[in-house]
Amino acid sequence: MSVVFFVCGGGAIAAVLAITVYMIACGFPALTKIGVLDMLFGTVWAPTAAEPKFGILYIILTSIVGTMLAIVIGVPIAVLTAVFLSETAPKPMTRIVKPAVELLAGIPSVVYGLLGILIVKPVIYHIEAAIYAGDATHQMTGGANLISAVLVLAIMILPTVVNVSETSLRAVPQHLRNSSYALGATRVGTVFKVTLPAARSGIISAVVLGVGRAIGEAMAITMVAGNSVNLPLPFNSVRFLTTGIVSEMSYSSGLHREALFTIGLVLFAFIMVINIVLNTTLKKAGEE
Amino acid sequence: MESLYVKKKRPSDAILSGLIYFSGILTTALLAGIIIYIAVNGIGSIDPTFLTTIKSVAKGTFGILGYMVNTLYIIVITLLIATPVGIGAAVYLTEYAKRGRLVSFIEFATETLSGIPSIIFGLFGMAFFGQTCHMGFSVLCGSLTLTLMILPIIIRTTQESLKTVPESYRLGALGMGAEKWRIIRTIVIPSSLQGIVTAVILAVGRIVGESAALLFTAGSSYLLPKSAAGIFPHIMESGGTLTIGLYLEMSEGNKANAFGIALVLIVLVLAINALTKLVTGRIAKKQGKQN
Repeated sequence: MSVVFFVCGGGAIAAVLAITVYMIACGFPALTKIGVLDMLFGTVWAPTAAEPKFGILYIILTSIVGTMLAIVIGVPIAVLTAVFLSETAPKPMTRIVKPAVELLAGIPSVVYGLLGILIVKPVIYHIEAAIYAGDATHQMTGGANLISAVLVLAIMILPTVVNVSETSLRAVPQHLRNSSYALGATRVGTVFKVTLPAARSGIISAVVLGVGRAIGEAMAITMVAGNSVNLPLPFNSVRFLTTGIVSEMSYSSGLHREALFTIGLVLFAFIMVINIVLNTTLKKAGEE
Repeated sequence: MESLYVKKKRPSDAILSGLIYFSGILTTALLAGIIIYIAVNGIGSIDPTFLTTIKSVAKGTFGILGYMVNTLYIIVITLLIATPVGIGAAVYLTEYAKRGRLVSFIEFATETLSGIPSIIFGLFGMAFFGQTCHMGFSVLCGSLTLTLMILPIIIRTTQESLKTVPESYRLGALGMGAEKWRIIRTIVIPSSLQGIVTAVILAVGRIVGESAALLFTAGSSYLLPKSAAGIFPHIMESGGTLTIGLYLEMSEGNKANAFGIALVLIVLVLAINALTKLVTGRIAKKQGKQN
């Protein structure tokens, strides 16, 4: 019997290896055909033109900038929510907020996309219209732009960051807090000067996990990002690595399809780096 | 001179404390807002035609039965494959394997697998199951892709519950002369059954909400199996799930239909969450009794 169980255990390794091999095998050919520099540092994406161009620099930059902005907005709210849950909230409120966070995690990404289109997009459009009124050089996006996508992403990473941060805050030994109180520190002072620094490595892991979620999210932001390949400026219609694949895969063929797989390979490379960082920070957290 | 006995109040404390409360309440308000908004906008679309028919261009009606049936197909097939493999892997990791390179390698692989975004699973599924294995756009192709995706959930949750089985149970059985496989089959797995059930429910939740991994693998057809005899062949046909239906309706601008599907999805998510709570609650109670 042990052989059967061993094979099952090997299943996870086989899956990771197969995915890695396939992503490289499918994504690499286009990279050599188009040229590594032309593709990774080219700024024009025109796959169906008579003289097709496959530059994905702006797409890569959008994913990086968009993820960073989502983290900047989402992480403070998430970490403070985790503090609220583990440190300051009265019991009855914990009983409401905790399940709410769990449910937020369970809501399908297409539902977030739907809400993004119908709530976030119009609001951002009003702001855009007010800022760029009379500016002929600005291409109006109708609210489908980087900011809308970032707001949707910021909400979507909340549950992940809250959960992991809360776990690490709860793991901080009570005697640290008690010592701080004994020295005359207030409750809030203790949170920011003792508890949060003590839970630092857990919170870093939470942020890294959040980065992974945000950079890999596809369906929710396909509808609100606008989907033209542009520099990632707040009110530009932009295309992320993920949304590029979703929006063009169905009608692509030949070199175009191979190029989409290269975009997938770039995303996969990002994710693998994040995974390795996560693994080392988690190990560090465990040692502490 | 300020008295020592008067508590000094810092304005910064009040602001920070306010921010903490604000964040906690904001997160909850977000969820409440989402649920209310979808319920209000979606309830109007829910009627018998919506729930029990499929989209008909001739009659001009819309229904989600096909999407619901496909979702069910994919849940069942994915679980049929992933549950035994996932439990097997968890049993290997907790019962058989000796701490060492291999175990940490398997755990690293599981960790990595759970970090891979669904769009990558979608690309891999399309290239490997769809093209290399010639499954094309089919329910089976989608299910196999999702199997890889939910494997980490099942392995990890099962592993946690296997670890809670007291060592004395195993030693007791060993003392009575039972061999390893018999101990696992009759003692370890039955004692951690509720943990395994939790794993399966969590996996169902993930499958119901999945979209990016299915778009290029299971396809987007909303048709039902053609007849009773078509139940099994349907596995090889294209089949879109509820989330894919929502995505398509949304891209075509049919807001009312999209909200109807969103409401059905939210109700499913709430139900799955309640079920998880119920099962884990029972586990906690049982463990409380033992202690």
